Amino acid sequence: MDSIFTGLMDALVLILTLDKDLVEIVFLSLRVTVTAVAIAAMIGLPLGAWLVVNRFRFRRITISVLNALMGLPPVVVGLFVYLMLSRSGPFGVFGLLFTPTAMIIAQVIIVMPLIASISHQTIRDLWAEYHDLLISLNASRAQRIKVLLWDGRRALITAVLAGFGRAIGEVGAIMIVGGNIDHSTRVLTTSIALETSKGNFAFAMGLGLILIGLAIAVNLTIHTISKTERASTW
Amino acid sequence: MVTDQSPKSILPLVLSGVVARARKKHLLGPVDLTIGKRGVTIVMGSNGAGKTTLLRVMHGLQRIKAGSVDWAVDESVARRKQAYVFQSPIMMRRRVIDSIAFPLFLNGVAKRSAHKQAEDWAIRVGLAHVLQVWAPMISGGEKQKPALARALIYQPEILFLDEPCANLNGRSTREIEDILTKAVMAGTRIVMATHNIGQARRLANDVVFVCGGKILETTAADVFFDQPKTPEALAFINGEIVE
Amino acid sequence: MKHISRLFAAGIAALIATTVQAADIKVAVTTSFYNSGLSDILLPVIKQDLDLDVHLIVVGTGQALRLGQAGDVDAILVHSRKAEDAFLAAGYGTHRREIMYNDFVFIGPLADPAVLADASSASDAMQRIHSTASAFISRGDDSGTHKKETSLWAAAGVTSDALSGAWYRAAGAGMGATLNVASGMDAYVLSDRASWLNFGNKGGLTLLYAGDPTLFNQYAYLPVNPQRHPHVKTDLALQLEEWLTGEKAKQLISNYRINGELLFTFNAVRD
Repeated sequence: MDSIFTGLMDALVLILTLDKDLVEIVFLSLRVTVTAVAIAAMIGLPLGAWLVVNRFRFRRITISVLNALMGLPPVVVGLFVYLMLSRSGPFGVFGLLFTPTAMIIAQVIIVMPLIASISHQTIRDLWAEYHDLLISLNASRAQRIKVLLWDGRRALITAVLAGFGRAIGEVGAIMIVGGNIDHSTRVLTTSIALETSKGNFAFAMGLGLILIGLAIAVNLTIHTISKTERASTW
Repeated sequence: MVTDQSPKSILPLVLSGVVARARKKHLLGPVDLTIGKRGVTIVMGSNGAGKTTLLRVMHGLQRIKAGSVDWAVDESVARRKQAYVFQSPIMMRRRVIDSIAFPLFLNGVAKRSAHKQAEDWAIRVGLAHVLQVWAPMISGGEKQKPALARALIYQPEILFLDEPCANLNGRSTREIEDILTKAVMAGTRIVMATHNIGQARRLANDVVFVCGGKILETTAADVFFDQPKTPEALAFINGEIVE
Repeated sequence: MKHISRLFAAGIAALIATTVQAADIKVAVTTSFYNSGLSDILLPVIKQDLDLDVHLIVVGTGQALRLGQAGDVDAILVHSRKAEDAFLAAGYGTHRREIMYNDFVFIGPLADPAVLADASSASDAMQRIHSTASAFISRGDDSGTHKKETSLWAAAGVTSDALSGAWYRAAGAGMGATLNVASGMDAYVLSDRASWLNFGNKGGLTLLYAGDPTLFNQYAYLPVNPQRHPHVKTDLALQLEEWLTGEKAKQLISNYRINGELLFTFNAVRD
């Protein structure tokens, strides 16, 4: 228990003194995760909506696979991306391994099914409401997707935040493809893993508390912004 | 959508031998019906008779198992000149003004112009005071008005309504009927389902009586109410239960 | 809406873009080496002297060799002679340069049920653990340390079949994590001295036996073969090698202590 207390104190000191290394690590964490979530959302949200309005033969299987991919272990994704980006791999020539870009790629793969899946489930309910109207008004498929995504945006924000939560706490994949290189690809989660393995429990705990604080801050910000946008709650 | 400049009417609409089913349950048919160019056609019958199905088939919301639904022009053109008001109004999750303007947005009309037109229509249906309100939040009785404005805003040639006043009080019903009458005078063809005999008497030019999924009578309104041909129609007009 | 999406795209491009860097090189090193803390001393001086950013990728020996094999790093620093020889024989590296050595030590609970404190040799220590079936945590990850442990069991006459049973547990992790497990279970563990001295969660563990020459742990530097992987930064790798075997490195390494204890013995030979 006093490990946690000591850790909290250590963390507070780091924050209050705006420790240079900490700031660097936090910024990199945010940069990697926010970018990954943004890209995953740009793919996943429309994909979820598209699966709702589009009827094709393998739709049910596609949706099932998408849901299943949510349970994909991040380490497996990391290994896969490593094999793709390795110099001995198909995309090695781009030299992306051990860079933040590789970490972003891995996190996009991890987060996209989650966002698409939640998007699909929420949009499906909205589609049930809008179905007759949109058909009556001759909305094209693209238009239907646009309307569903826009009118359903509040629930979709939840999907994106869920993706953010998954990504910011992820460590297995980015450890493999990023290499946890000091001042280069070291982020909060990999730092925590490193400190834990060195036996520096208190410090690792402190970093963990900072991570949680960061996640709370992001969620609070998003919820505050989205509420002032709305005229009312529904 | 490219605004259709051709003056050619999409009517008459001809249904031949139309049969509609859903999941092994027979809903409608076979029916033959012609919807001409003018006036108000009221589709009457008790609940479950098939009125809604008939309307949906005409509008293209219901797939048919047999027969044909033919407009005077190509179906893709005809689709863009119809509108439909549902029995339970579908309120979009946006402000009333955006809800009414929605069909215009779909057709690429610029936002400012669309909002202006929506405002005009809102005034016409008596909704000016709730333009900025979140559509799902307005009271039940008022909900059909934005739906109606939304249906009329791109000036359809034919308007289908499925028992729009079923859940409304007297005042709202009167307001809706006023709007419909004005629309008819402006040239809109109306096909409306109702089981309210008084409303039918007020509005109908001709009546289509549906019972058990079949059309039993198609007559001019005054003829229908005074001298219905079939015993089911007579029973219906007298307020008896017709199955 | 169009402007927003364009801004968005630009924003993302900016986030992805990696900043232009000074000369840099990637070296895969073992967790044992990193946990010693020596790199924290060496890297800043290297940056100063060579204007070179050394990016350390800290993994187990097996993974380090794999990275070198794939050409994902420019050089590796490991401590497993047999694996290094195999690496060179297969043509993945150009040569091997010894830098320094430390030693492995036997760590165990204060109570010392196997009485390791009286052991006369490494083999004796292993046999004592085995005969008392005392809890022992192995690295279990094919690392240099793990390979050392395996060779010690063999030298002590304990066959691999005998390494089964509740007392022998493979952690499948790095040195720090393995020490954590040992600390948590009050078990014996073979560790490199540097990791042990730097370990922050000793709990009820203490150093029980050391000093047998078979426990010496030689670190070697192997540049990746540019004939296999033309993109590797051979010049920089050799520059680094020069520095690591030079006078300044010798000074820094020979004076590196934790709690007054010397960690490494510099034994690089000048050509």
